Amino acid sequence: MLSDLGSMVLAILPEIGLLVLAALVLVLDLVLRHTDNRSVIGWTTAVGLVIIAGLGVVFAKPGPAPILMWGGMLRLDGAGFVFRLIFLLGAGLTALFAVESEMLRERGEFYLLLLVSTLGMSLMASSSDLIMLYLAIETTSIPLYVMAGFIVRDQKSVESGLKYLLFGAMTSAIMLFGFSFIYGFTGTTNLYTIAQLLQVAQVPHIAVIASMLLALVGFGFKISAAPFHFWAPDVYEGAPTPVAGFLSTASKAAGFAVLMRVLLVVFADYSPVWVFLIGGLAALTMFVGNLLALSQKNIKRLLAYSSIAQAGYILIGVAANSEFGTTAAVYYLMAYLLTNLAAFGIVALIGRVTGSDEISSYAGLSRRSPGLALALLVALLSLGGIPPFAGFFGKLLVFGSAIQAGQIWLAVIGIINSVIGLYYYLIVLKVVYLYRSEDESKPILAVNSWKVALAVCLVGIIALGVVFSPFYNLSTLASHSLWTLGF
Amino acid sequence: MIPWLSLIIFIPLLAGLAMLLMPAERREWIRSIALAAAAVDLILSAIVYFSYNLALGGYQMVERLPWLPQLGISYYAGIDGIGAAMVLMAGVVVFCGVLISWNVEERPREFFAFLMFLATSVFGVFVSLDLFMLFFFFEIAVFPKYLMIIGWGSPKTREYGGMKLTLYLFIGSVIALIGALAIYFGSGKATFDMLVLETAGFSVDFQRLWFPFAFMGFAILGGIFPFHSWAPDGHVAAPTAISMLLAGVEMKVGAFAALRVAITLLPAGMQFWAPVVLVLATINVVYGAFIAMIQTDFKYVIGFSSVSHMGLVLIGFATLTKEGLVGAGMQMFSHGIMTAAFFAIVGMVYDRAHTRDIAKLGGLFQKMPWAAVGFIVAGLVSMGMPGFSGFVAEFPIFMGAWKTAPWVAIISAIAIVVTAAYILLVIRRVFFGGIPTDLAESISDVGLLDKVAIGLLVAIMIALGWVPALMTPMIESTVMRVLALVGGA
Repeated sequence: MLSDLGSMVLAILPEIGLLVLAALVLVLDLVLRHTDNRSVIGWTTAVGLVIIAGLGVVFAKPGPAPILMWGGMLRLDGAGFVFRLIFLLGAGLTALFAVESEMLRERGEFYLLLLVSTLGMSLMASSSDLIMLYLAIETTSIPLYVMAGFIVRDQKSVESGLKYLLFGAMTSAIMLFGFSFIYGFTGTTNLYTIAQLLQVAQVPHIAVIASMLLALVGFGFKISAAPFHFWAPDVYEGAPTPVAGFLSTASKAAGFAVLMRVLLVVFADYSPVWVFLIGGLAALTMFVGNLLALSQKNIKRLLAYSSIAQAGYILIGVAANSEFGTTAAVYYLMAYLLTNLAAFGIVALIGRVTGSDEISSYAGLSRRSPGLALALLVALLSLGGIPPFAGFFGKLLVFGSAIQAGQIWLAVIGIINSVIGLYYYLIVLKVVYLYRSEDESKPILAVNSWKVALAVCLVGIIALGVVFSPFYNLSTLASHSLWTLGF
Repeated sequence: MIPWLSLIIFIPLLAGLAMLLMPAERREWIRSIALAAAAVDLILSAIVYFSYNLALGGYQMVERLPWLPQLGISYYAGIDGIGAAMVLMAGVVVFCGVLISWNVEERPREFFAFLMFLATSVFGVFVSLDLFMLFFFFEIAVFPKYLMIIGWGSPKTREYGGMKLTLYLFIGSVIALIGALAIYFGSGKATFDMLVLETAGFSVDFQRLWFPFAFMGFAILGGIFPFHSWAPDGHVAAPTAISMLLAGVEMKVGAFAALRVAITLLPAGMQFWAPVVLVLATINVVYGAFIAMIQTDFKYVIGFSSVSHMGLVLIGFATLTKEGLVGAGMQMFSHGIMTAAFFAIVGMVYDRAHTRDIAKLGGLFQKMPWAAVGFIVAGLVSMGMPGFSGFVAEFPIFMGAWKTAPWVAIISAIAIVVTAAYILLVIRRVFFGGIPTDLAESISDVGLLDKVAIGLLVAIMIALGWVPALMTPMIESTVMRVLALVGGA
């Protein structure tokens, strides 16, 4: 019994570590209150997250068979393990990027919120119980609402936080309503038990489908899939840029983790319905994101619409309803995380230096800072799906999964959209490489932590785009455990 | 065991990366590195070409490393006869491209680095024996192409031309990607190894369904009608070296990939769709020639002539005869060299006269004899004169067409006349006659490096015209393999 407890504690060691780190950050914040070394907090957060990731790999690595623990609340499996690594990476990079911003650097509670939100995501990915799932989602979201509105002197930021809160609270209520249906019909909250009960119990199909639709609203909000995407551009534009990066990557990945687990476990028998739904959502999301991105003048709004579109591509992998499709989605998420964080990181720096997020303020960047221009090129082309960058392989995998599943129409919509997408990414590159500006001789200086974070992103983008094997294995690990229904 | 092919692919890549790490002011260093890398690649590609063992045939100099074994992806390089010819042609064109770009003033570091990345991309495609690897290298070309056209192209049309070209080619590549993925999943072999896929035994219906994806996707890059309009616009907008690479090499990349992926893997699809391809390609040939005829812009003439000549390559493919395919292979090589010479010389003229309007040019022979001779030789190749490489390429294509679809040969023959007309007109108006007074002062002869480039290209065009045996057996060895697959289908 005691050894059981021991192994259960070990399994959530990374989560415990996150709490400890959060406390440490608070203390550091007090200790360093009146010093100039505020960037220490950001570094501590990042290094701490690396250590926690190490703890996760050493102590919380799942065995070959998934295990339900903590009274069926959590499932120790590959998906939880891989997604936790993704969130930790995203949070660590965000912490480093945030040091760039004076507003965030000066306030230790920002890092606290970041860590608590990461804790929530990590629990989201391994939750196997409706109640746990809901609590994890709220633990993730509430800090994010505050982070989006973190710069209280900036009206846009406050507006952004409030919008995010209102949309988030509403969709989360709808989702909870859906959960209550499921509980009402099956009398249990454990996802895996629900799955078994739904097979034997005489639950009206319409009720199950209704609850699925309601839950999808909540998940659709988290992954900013159309038609639940309206919040994204306004929130990304107003939120501090590193927060927007975090929202668009780690938070979205968490949404996908939950979406895939719930669909594949609870609603496995209703796959014809949701395959159709998710396929439709994917197509709609891609078109909405890409077409609206075309006319954007503000880079943060452009990236917001672009990340809506990216969610659409990932949904193709989910809609394939196959282990390969899920693998593709996970690989895509990893690629997308690094790429979008790099893009937002660069936008944050340029926004601070030029004081503008308009695309026109990127004119002359390739002369002003050739290295930064190249970094932006890497990020945008990876989003566009061009090799040798990560996004290419992600796209190849999701399109492949659609073709394997016989959903040629979805693959065709996907390629139409990748062409539209490439168009607006190239427009930005055109401004960077072709247009001139008067500020070309002014240097762009960045702090070291920002440089480290960007370097990690770029190395990662190229690694995922050239050395596929280890990352593919991780994706398979996650995907396989989602498809293993036993416990 | 020297990994020749990998050296050819990665030397330009490393050179490009090294350049990007250097300070922009070190112009001498940067362009010397570019020239050195291009020269080494040229030598290596010649070594590869001449050491190909015809008696053995098949794929040689094979290198293979697992890349993503879980999905059957490997780094799998090797060449056959056509591959070797294409590598040699790309080596020549890249080398000449660097030579004639020697005096680029505008951000030479980025210029040469992107040029090197483009070289990596094309070499990679020509040696790929793995379908995934082929795509990987194929699509790497997207950003150097785009950035070089908008960054260094002709100011009036570069934004339009660059975007148009890039999007067309990207559309083509993703369509082909769908076809390739279908081939991968349809084969049930779980490998991207094209040698295995060749023997996968796809059903005839499958081949007929997916051939249009795989073929059209790549053929867009080959300039097939009605998706050809990116070619003249893009080529004209591009800076000289990129025009040479785009028209000379990239269009062959499209044709080559169409042959390697669509025709080789889905031969029954080719048989089924051959009439359609023949019609489209014939339109290419005739329409391209007529449009070239009415151009007033020197560079557009060459741009449309590429459309016309690439049509002949596609006709050669679609005949599925030995003559047609051999001719197509020869035409791919010959046209690559020829059009590189054309664009190089057009660029030299433009640099000095600052206009490409044919009406404003004249009498340049006396001022730029090397360029004039080079242009005339390329013109003769273009017309298909015996004694030049164009003849040994186009004649077999017509033979092949005559065998399978005589109407194609007859209609396309019109294009030969039109081609002769527009080439001779351009030669007369630009290089002969009186020189306009405003040009008489400003025009100077081409530099030494330009002469080396022109000399090399001209020598190849003449040598191949007199001794076709330098290349024909190489192409033939590949063609026989392809035909064996067609017969087996």
